[in-house]
Amino acid sequence: MILSDADLTALYLTLKLALASTIILLALGTPFAWWLARTRWRYKFFIEAMIALPLVLPPTVLGFYLLLLLGANGPLSAIGAAPLAFTFSGLVIGSVIYSMPFVIQPLHDAFQAIGKRPLEVAATLRASPWDRFLTIALPLARPGFITASVLGFAHTIGEFGVVLMIGGNIPGQTQVLSIAIYDHVESLDYASAHWLSGALIILSFIMLVMVYASNRRFRVFKI
Amino acid sequence: MSLDISFNLQREDFAMHVELTLPETGVTAIFGPSGSGKTTLLRAIAGLENIFDSKVIFKGQCWQSKSSFVPTHLRPIGYVFQEPSLFPHLSIKQNLEYGLTRVVEKDRRVSLANAVELLDIDHLLRRQPHTLSGGEQQRVAIARALAVSPLLLLMDEPLSSLDNKLKQEILPYLESLHRELTIPVIYVSHATDEVARLADTLVILKAGEILGSGPIQDMLTRLDLPLSHRHDAETLIHGTVITTDPEFGLTSMACGDLVFTVAGNTLASGTNARLRIAAQDVSLTLKKQTGTSIQNIFPATVVELQTENHAQIMVKLQLGDFPLLARLTRKSVEELAIKPGMQVYAQIKSVAVLA
Repeated sequence: MILSDADLTALYLTLKLALASTIILLALGTPFAWWLARTRWRYKFFIEAMIALPLVLPPTVLGFYLLLLLGANGPLSAIGAAPLAFTFSGLVIGSVIYSMPFVIQPLHDAFQAIGKRPLEVAATLRASPWDRFLTIALPLARPGFITASVLGFAHTIGEFGVVLMIGGNIPGQTQVLSIAIYDHVESLDYASAHWLSGALIILSFIMLVMVYASNRRFRVFKI
Repeated sequence: MSLDISFNLQREDFAMHVELTLPETGVTAIFGPSGSGKTTLLRAIAGLENIFDSKVIFKGQCWQSKSSFVPTHLRPIGYVFQEPSLFPHLSIKQNLEYGLTRVVEKDRRVSLANAVELLDIDHLLRRQPHTLSGGEQQRVAIARALAVSPLLLLMDEPLSSLDNKLKQEILPYLESLHRELTIPVIYVSHATDEVARLADTLVILKAGEILGSGPIQDMLTRLDLPLSHRHDAETLIHGTVITTDPEFGLTSMACGDLVFTVAGNTLASGTNARLRIAAQDVSLTLKKQTGTSIQNIFPATVVELQTENHAQIMVKLQLGDFPLLARLTRKSVEELAIKPGMQVYAQIKSVAVLA
């Protein structure tokens, strides 16, 4: 085997992290993006700016504050919660915040693109608000969900700064692919870095090919 | 009365003050130029527009007032929007079933088969919405609204997004709807030809205020309302086919005590139809003319005159039980000394039958 056990563990951990983050982001992001797309609240731009923050901040800044928040001396520990820094759960929290705009934005755009009309039509056809959301809004926003899932997943795989700040480099717990590659390069083990990086490229490419093939209208760059 | 509505709305750019009682049966057209608030009024009846100072009472049930609001999906309405707005992710059949399956069994009075047959869309059921023409899509949208067995059907300019050819294609379906279903319909339109063919009652709206409302024959011929002064001002008369004359291709129609002779003989005797007479096509004589090519000449009484411009005067006549408009030149009116109360003969050059 060309990839070492440690590398395979890092790969597995990375996929697990990306999957967990994407699922949590979709669960949280769907109602939130729905609300954002439909609210007429005049200060919603504050919320929008806040969600977009991770796009412009260096990941280290975000990681630094998360470290303070989740660390052993942080406010969460003060109220009795176990410290989450340097744990897998801590990584998931960091990823969710860091990848938030990549999931919310496409969902928001997809919901907005539907417009009021199909939902009004459904209302005149006796569909309750929940019913309209499930049978009209969700199916019509399908391209947005695919974009959001792929972007959220891919962005989490590529994450480095936040992980380094709040997760450190504990094999099997917080050592993800990007950090393992960094480790190999640091120790001048370029061959291992090559294999791991190559595997990541192929994996990402296969993922995108499958998505594009299954949905011709899908556009990853239109966010 | 079946529908009592009152809306008071004051927005920055638009105000609406409407008090209206609409009849239990037939088609009520809400007619007015764009921006007059027709669509807002219709949407408010459906509960799609939230107007605080409002009241909608349908057959004794309060749909909304200052203190209560029944959401759209709980109102027994059908709604046809300006654009077909079919759900793109569902097939035609699934579109039709969307509303139907959400109606409890005991309230289903219109079956899917009825709706499909009425709009003649049986051959489209397996197709996807985007493969249909605009006219076909709108027919599906109408059938979809009927399939929820509405107690009140609301239609917002269902033909306005279609070109004239498609319009002519759909109008017959709307007319058969009118004949075969007993559902009261509120039909928003700014097109006089649609209104003349479909409406029984007319509400004329302008800038959020009602100018007049009542039976369509009256609304078309009231000289204080704008419809009698359009270049295509016209009179509608209800009639029944009594005999047809295949030799000359003519049909005799009884309208009250009068018998009109009209061209064409496609209607079976006993059929009810509307006759449309353009004010342009009516001329007056003081004595009954003989040796004329005009078939329809009836004694009439002058009711009212109104000068339209320097050259023309609109004359309202009483023809048996019906009002009739005649557009004359001012010169003729002066030469014949036409005055209210005068007995004259109305010569009607052409009559169109609206089936």
